[in-house]
Amino acid sequence: MREQLIKNRQCVSDPWQTVAVGDDFAGVVLPPGPVLISAELWLARRADWLVRCASGEEIGVSLAPAFAVEKIADDISWFSLIAVEFPKFADGRGYTTARLLRERYSYTKELRAVGDVGRDQLFLLHRVGFDAFLIPAGRDAQEAIGAFDDFPEVYQAATDQTLPLFRRRTA
Amino acid sequence: MYRYDKIDHAIVQARVTQFRDQTRRHLAGTLSEDEFRPLRLQNGLYIQRHGPMLRIAIPYGMLSSIQLRTLGDITRRYDRGYGHFTTRQNLQLNWVKLPEVPDLLAELAAVEMHAIQTSGNCIRNVTSDKFAGIAADEIADPRPWGELVRQWSTFHPEFAYLPRKFKIAISGATEDRAAILVHDIGLQLVKDAAGEIGFTVYAGGGLGRTPLLGQRLKEFLPWQHLLTYCEAIVRVYNRYGRRDNMYKARIKILVKATGAAEFGRQVDEEWAHIKDGPGTLTAGEVDRVASQFSAPDYLDFSSAPVTNEAQASDKAFTRWVERNVRDHKIPGYAAVTLSLKQPGLAPGDASADQMEIAATLADEYSFGELRVSHEQNLILADVAKKELYALWQKAKAAGLASPTIGLLHDMIVCPGGDFCSLANAKSLPIAEAIQERFSDLDYLHDIGEMELNISGCMNSCGHHHLGAIGILGVDKGGEEWYQVTIGGAQGNNASIGQVIGRSFAAQDVPDAIERLIDAYIALRHADEKFVDTVRRLGLQPFRDAAYNAVLQERAYA
Repeated sequence: MREQLIKNRQCVSDPWQTVAVGDDFAGVVLPPGPVLISAELWLARRADWLVRCASGEEIGVSLAPAFAVEKIADDISWFSLIAVEFPKFADGRGYTTARLLRERYSYTKELRAVGDVGRDQLFLLHRVGFDAFLIPAGRDAQEAIGAFDDFPEVYQAATDQTLPLFRRRTA
Repeated sequence: MYRYDKIDHAIVQARVTQFRDQTRRHLAGTLSEDEFRPLRLQNGLYIQRHGPMLRIAIPYGMLSSIQLRTLGDITRRYDRGYGHFTTRQNLQLNWVKLPEVPDLLAELAAVEMHAIQTSGNCIRNVTSDKFAGIAADEIADPRPWGELVRQWSTFHPEFAYLPRKFKIAISGATEDRAAILVHDIGLQLVKDAAGEIGFTVYAGGGLGRTPLLGQRLKEFLPWQHLLTYCEAIVRVYNRYGRRDNMYKARIKILVKATGAAEFGRQVDEEWAHIKDGPGTLTAGEVDRVASQFSAPDYLDFSSAPVTNEAQASDKAFTRWVERNVRDHKIPGYAAVTLSLKQPGLAPGDASADQMEIAATLADEYSFGELRVSHEQNLILADVAKKELYALWQKAKAAGLASPTIGLLHDMIVCPGGDFCSLANAKSLPIAEAIQERFSDLDYLHDIGEMELNISGCMNSCGHHHLGAIGILGVDKGGEEWYQVTIGGAQGNNASIGQVIGRSFAAQDVPDAIERLIDAYIALRHADEKFVDTVRRLGLQPFRDAAYNAVLQERAYA
């Protein structure tokens, strides 16, 4: 099974390209089309990328688990994709990152979970605001889609459900 | 007690279905052990020495007789006819078989029970005061708040993969019987000058390798903000808690490294964004939950004679009353502790028969409800005093009436190396050897209140740091040794015990404990508890007493 992107509960093709980048941010040249770069590269060459964005080319940023989302708070509106990396699925920092992006910084475009992502994480990832999931090769993306229906109800408010159950149960 | 509505039922049943599928995929080989491990842990399933161990949640320690009877039945059909009640008010089964666990969970779900988040790096079962709702010193009943926290933390989408486990305890009384200062979050119910309910909030307490007491973050948090404030604490922890070293990953390390004041400031900053948002509790929801913990229909037994003359002169009975029966806020009623500390049996263990008998006693004498105590006993909280003698006779026949609550025999003990794969040393044989050494009941009563806690490793499930005497199993060069601490205490004046010296060999532990007790008896003032004698005199006299030449020679250098 090859790597697959799930979006809106469907396996879809991925129009985004990533660019291999070394330590030398200064020399990076981005190809045309939608490109995903690291948040560090975004911050290092922000002025250049803003020019690129102004020309209508799409850009996305990828956030490592420890990346403090506040650093890109002012730039959110420029991104057409934010990818949150899960090198190990047991590192749950990205769940908070996602909620902050959606609920605090009002990010509305694609929020993608990448890395060690599988069926058993999708329900909660979806709850905190992810709408795209890059399922690595070897895992069954089609079967994973079933996870969105794992629970019929939830107790807490999150990105997917703005009211906690107790405000709906008594209604 | 809280009863599930159809939504609560649907959520727990969905979990059973989800776990059934995860188990199926794991057994079919499509979900690797590495992938399955965190999933099964979040369902309370460890792989232990004898195979899977299942930890069943007993939220804030409340059990109905129907639930306890079901647990007994389950231990008989899925296990070996007994279970182990833990210091966090859970029940552990040691011999379950993985393919059968989904069926077991389905049976639990039918009686509104589960094993959700009883392990793993998530928010664990919330614990509380075993005398909730009946204690005279209660400010407010902690159980509704426990249930609200249970629901908020159950499958919390943001906090399933924290740096490490996360434990919350709630006390509603002036005396802290829930050990809130050694929890990741400790909540103390308080009232302000206007009589409004709120919480004093502590964070960063815990035992383990680095025992620390919780730091006060909020003197008075109005009740409406309980969940948003907890969410802010856990969010700061999820972002900044250490993940590079599992021994430094608990929130206590973050609070200590950051400093309580600065940590509190970070929490406040986070909280400012979500305070007064939809997570703010409503009076309607609090009332809905609280109404399910309303007092049972007590009758007026205040003038009924408690015993007749013959019963009152029954020394075994009066001794049991003295130790195992506690006052109740309603005249004519009492709380009875059914001891799970029968000499010769593992502390906290109950057989299927005992569970069923305890359930029947609850139906007959205590409105069909029980509590599990943090000291690993069962409690019938609402017994008419005039029934005490009859209850005692039945409890005694079932091996549930050891008259030793609060005494040396009433130890908190983890399962240790006999069962647990984390343990460095066995704890159960040590407990048994000490119980045997102090087998004289008169002497036990003369010693008086004594908290002796035993853990088989640094994870401190037996809360050894909090024992007046604590015993910790340690591994030295592949051998089992036992380190002794004294001066620990739980409750409002909690303190962490201090090591008295070199570690003892297993065979020498009873001698060492006896020498410590002898020293205490020689040194104590009238009515002075062990921990107070240690606080008054310091470690040295006990250190000197514990080791004679032989013990010193044999101790691990």
